[in-house]
Amino acid sequence: MNSGLIFDVKRYAINDGPGIRITFFFKGCSLNCAWCHNPESISKDIQKMYSADKCIGCGTCVDECPKTALTLTERGIITNSELCNMCGICAEVCPTGAIEMSGRMETVDDIMKMIENEQIFFDQSGGGVTFSGGEPILHYDVLIDLLDKCGERGIHRTVDTAGLVGTEKLLEVAKRTDLFLYDLKMIDEDKHKRWTDVSNKKILENLQKLSKTGAEINIRIPLIKGVNTDDENIVKTAEYVSSLAGKKKKVNLLPYHNIAQKKYTKLGEEYDESGMGEPGKELIDSIVAKFNEYEIEVVVGG
Amino acid sequence: MFEKINSHNEVPAREAKAEGNYYNSSKPAIDPGMNERIQKLRKISYETEPSISIERALHLTEFYKANYGKYSIPVLRAMSFLDHCKKKTIYIGEGELIVGERGPSPKTIPTFPELTCHSVEDLNTLNDRELQKYHVSEDDINTYAEEVIPYWEGKTQRERIFDHVPKEWKAAYEAGIFTEFMEQRAPGHTALDGEIYKKGMLDYKIEISEHLASLDYMNDKEATDKADELKAMDIACDAAILFAERHAEQAEKFALEEDNPKRKEELKKIAEVCRWVPAKAPRNFWEAIQMYWFVHLGTITELNGWDAMNPGHFDQHLAPFYEKEIEENNLTRDEAKELLSCFWIKVNNHPAPPKVGVTAKESGTYNDFTNINIGGLKRDGSDGTNEVSYIMLEIIEELHVLQPGNSIHISAKTPDKFLKAGVKVIRQGHGYPSVFNPDIYIQEMIRQGKSIEDAREGGCSGCIEVGAFGKEAYLLTGYLNVPKILEVTLNNGIDPVTGKTVGIETGDPKNFKSFEELYSAFLKQLNFIVDLKIQVSNYIDRMFAKYAPAPFLSVVINDCISKGKDYYDGGPRYNTSYIQCCGLGTVTDSLAAIKKHVYENQKIDMPKLLEAVSNNFKGEEVLRQTIMNKTPFFGNDDDYADNIAVTVYNDLLDAIDGRPNIKDGGKYHLNMLSTTCHIYFGKVLGATPNGRLAGKSISDGTSPSHGADTHGPSAVIKSLSKLDQVKSGGTLLNQRFLPSLLKRDEDIKKLGSLIRSYFTLGGHHIQFNIVDTATLLAAQKCPEDYKDLLVRMAGYSDYFNDMNADLQQEVIERTENDAF
Repeated sequence: MNSGLIFDVKRYAINDGPGIRITFFFKGCSLNCAWCHNPESISKDIQKMYSADKCIGCGTCVDECPKTALTLTERGIITNSELCNMCGICAEVCPTGAIEMSGRMETVDDIMKMIENEQIFFDQSGGGVTFSGGEPILHYDVLIDLLDKCGERGIHRTVDTAGLVGTEKLLEVAKRTDLFLYDLKMIDEDKHKRWTDVSNKKILENLQKLSKTGAEINIRIPLIKGVNTDDENIVKTAEYVSSLAGKKKKVNLLPYHNIAQKKYTKLGEEYDESGMGEPGKELIDSIVAKFNEYEIEVVVGG
Repeated sequence: MFEKINSHNEVPAREAKAEGNYYNSSKPAIDPGMNERIQKLRKISYETEPSISIERALHLTEFYKANYGKYSIPVLRAMSFLDHCKKKTIYIGEGELIVGERGPSPKTIPTFPELTCHSVEDLNTLNDRELQKYHVSEDDINTYAEEVIPYWEGKTQRERIFDHVPKEWKAAYEAGIFTEFMEQRAPGHTALDGEIYKKGMLDYKIEISEHLASLDYMNDKEATDKADELKAMDIACDAAILFAERHAEQAEKFALEEDNPKRKEELKKIAEVCRWVPAKAPRNFWEAIQMYWFVHLGTITELNGWDAMNPGHFDQHLAPFYEKEIEENNLTRDEAKELLSCFWIKVNNHPAPPKVGVTAKESGTYNDFTNINIGGLKRDGSDGTNEVSYIMLEIIEELHVLQPGNSIHISAKTPDKFLKAGVKVIRQGHGYPSVFNPDIYIQEMIRQGKSIEDAREGGCSGCIEVGAFGKEAYLLTGYLNVPKILEVTLNNGIDPVTGKTVGIETGDPKNFKSFEELYSAFLKQLNFIVDLKIQVSNYIDRMFAKYAPAPFLSVVINDCISKGKDYYDGGPRYNTSYIQCCGLGTVTDSLAAIKKHVYENQKIDMPKLLEAVSNNFKGEEVLRQTIMNKTPFFGNDDDYADNIAVTVYNDLLDAIDGRPNIKDGGKYHLNMLSTTCHIYFGKVLGATPNGRLAGKSISDGTSPSHGADTHGPSAVIKSLSKLDQVKSGGTLLNQRFLPSLLKRDEDIKKLGSLIRSYFTLGGHHIQFNIVDTATLLAAQKCPEDYKDLLVRMAGYSDYFNDMNADLQQEVIERTENDAF
């Protein structure tokens, strides 16, 4: 049975495509964006998350850890990563949920059950399922299986991708997808490398190829002041979007909010927000106006 | 989990004094409202503080002193009502179009000493208490002490009730296992159908005289009683006509003195309207509203029945008048809206009669629960929405006043356009309108034995309780503290909070070998308590039939005239008594915790759990956290917990549903509302096995426990839909959403779809608070800046600042839904 590593399931998801949706977040991403809101989505492995504010210092995890990898300190629980084998017992026994394992293997059958359970909301709202991540296409076999099964049941399928995947795979996915949410960070390759660790060449090419198939695509652009809100990038982006084949693409602008700090702390990772800022209303309005000059339909949010 | 406040936003999403969509703040405005008249009237209504008027009590006492014993009780009551209508102060305020007040001026509330005679101490409490304060002057207190109190000593309903009740009842009542609705206020929950728009009081008088003439004294032993009741109804009709005519006289007098020609005409028009209604059936939109308003005032002056009075499907009743006059060019949309706005403000002028003691706790609000039903179905089953429905939504959003409460009724036949308009008002975050599902409540009523047409014409009054409007007495008798019954079971019949015996011995839970054994002990306690409750409720019912009949109310409720019987004596076509069960979430989660950890995992043994609970989890935080985080709780679409909820719900139904209420074939039915009683019930409850600490609120209505629902609103809806809601007379689901979830137009559509989904699955009711925690916290800190912050309690909205700290905390702790 096919299984995929899921780190979150969102019901009543209203910003991931039409209607009321259920969104599955696959773990593992091909990009490493500095502003990522879901840092736990990046690694393709199960990770441990620890919230010191939930911890009551009972020490249950310390006692139960088979590898004696945990220590209770004044700052909370500290994990010796050399001893820890990520077995997850600490999360299981933690009475407050201060320790959680991010990522669990879910079978296609179980995922389908969860999806079908939401049928009433799809029926009433014209909603469906959204596969997001991380990068869902990294879980290609599972994704294809899920998309086929949803297709058989007439469930609307949305795939949220960052586009850095094999072109063949992307086009196979496209045959089974009703709507793509395609993330576009910025046009300049060097900057892209600097902020996401990877080149955007393939991402841009894939989007062009995908557009030629006639696929329904909404382009999602995170707006991070100091990163991609400069005139040059906006103009280039608008030009690029206008040049895409097929139906005119709708653009969703997602203004950056600095809310991820807590999640990084939970993962025991550093979060460097230097150089990144929240765009103000004026800036957002001027960007919307620019896109409008290219006759591109723009929605702020979702 | 229960105490923690999670907030994503530091900055309140709703700015202080933010206004509704329709309200144009750029105009120089006195107050919200469509024009200067409405703004001024709203301002008076909003700013006037409630006070007590002793006028009614003085008239009543004087009348009883002089006449008690001369007439039958119904006739005495009707004559006393007539006497008061003859003497009471008439108020016509500046700029008013719809006229009439229960007291001598807006927001003055009479007392009802025949039911509960407030002591000097009570009056001082009302004057001094911090919340739900009612001003009463020193002079009035002295007059009350001299004229009113001495006469009523030992003769009030409240004394009759408390003198009668068995000691087991008293013990359970004092422990907070249940409350008693009728100890200070008369039974009510009454709404009207469309009859008063087709018949005037003179028509009713003809009907009454025909029935009087046809009484069969030869064979019917009740004929004499019926004659007394019918005579009383006839007098009550005269009282209402007289009351209106006194307004006409006043208006004519003011018209003579008035210099402003426009106002002069208005006053003349008011006089004309008041000469016509309620004596005769209304001919136009204005008269129709004034007709209802006089009937409303008559009902709430005659007695202080719960939930005031309710026009029912007011939009449907007004539509024919509106459509005809628009067609004939005698009325503009704005004129209609202005008249309706005047009506809205009239209702807001009438806070609930003052309550004290436990009753003040179970219903701690100024709101008197008039609930305007908007939309829904017509008697013939077709869609009932019309232009008046939309005008009403506009007024609700524009005025955002405390009263009247209002609800939109969304059948599968209701157009999306109306749902969308309703959700837009919900988005404003005043906690209304609430949303009801006619397709389900019609089934509820048919199951209770109503005809399909009567059921369609029915709806919800008060909070969420259903009834056949204009044809039914559906009385709430009191709340049942279901988690408390579990607590008593876990203590073998003893209330651990007071140490007193309040239940029966059902065995020491430490010896129970299985969950089933524990559960069957719980059921034994439950049935014992329900029996106690019903015995006394039936007694109280008879006390009202005998000592406090309501002949005026009986005129307008079918079939009191044809039966010759009072509203309280089985006169209505249908007679229902409800017992309102509180805390389904708390009791379900507690049972789930015991089942899971004591009997299945066996990780916690019963003595340890009981000890931890009795010590309020002191020193047992690990245990408490384990329970809270490792137990499947109700509201997450998890069958483990949901099945327990279904079992408890079905057993509550078994214990209550179908028990006779000794009124003309009437029966008891289950109801699941809580008003503010979940706070009071929490106060008298120790810690519970679900990890809830002693004194904390229990869950409200059929909502999940605070913070227990962690899978979003669609999961909550799925859980709730597992209850066979058709078998109750109402369930209540509270949902709190962050304003950011309703920012865009498409979000409104999606919330509409969520509502449709719940209703397709069989949900009865859902209501929303669209407010973030930051706003609530800010309002607690700076109440002055958030004077107009209305929030949804349980079946009605209330000003956040009028709520006590416990209630405020309860709203803050409700799960904040955030789908991002």
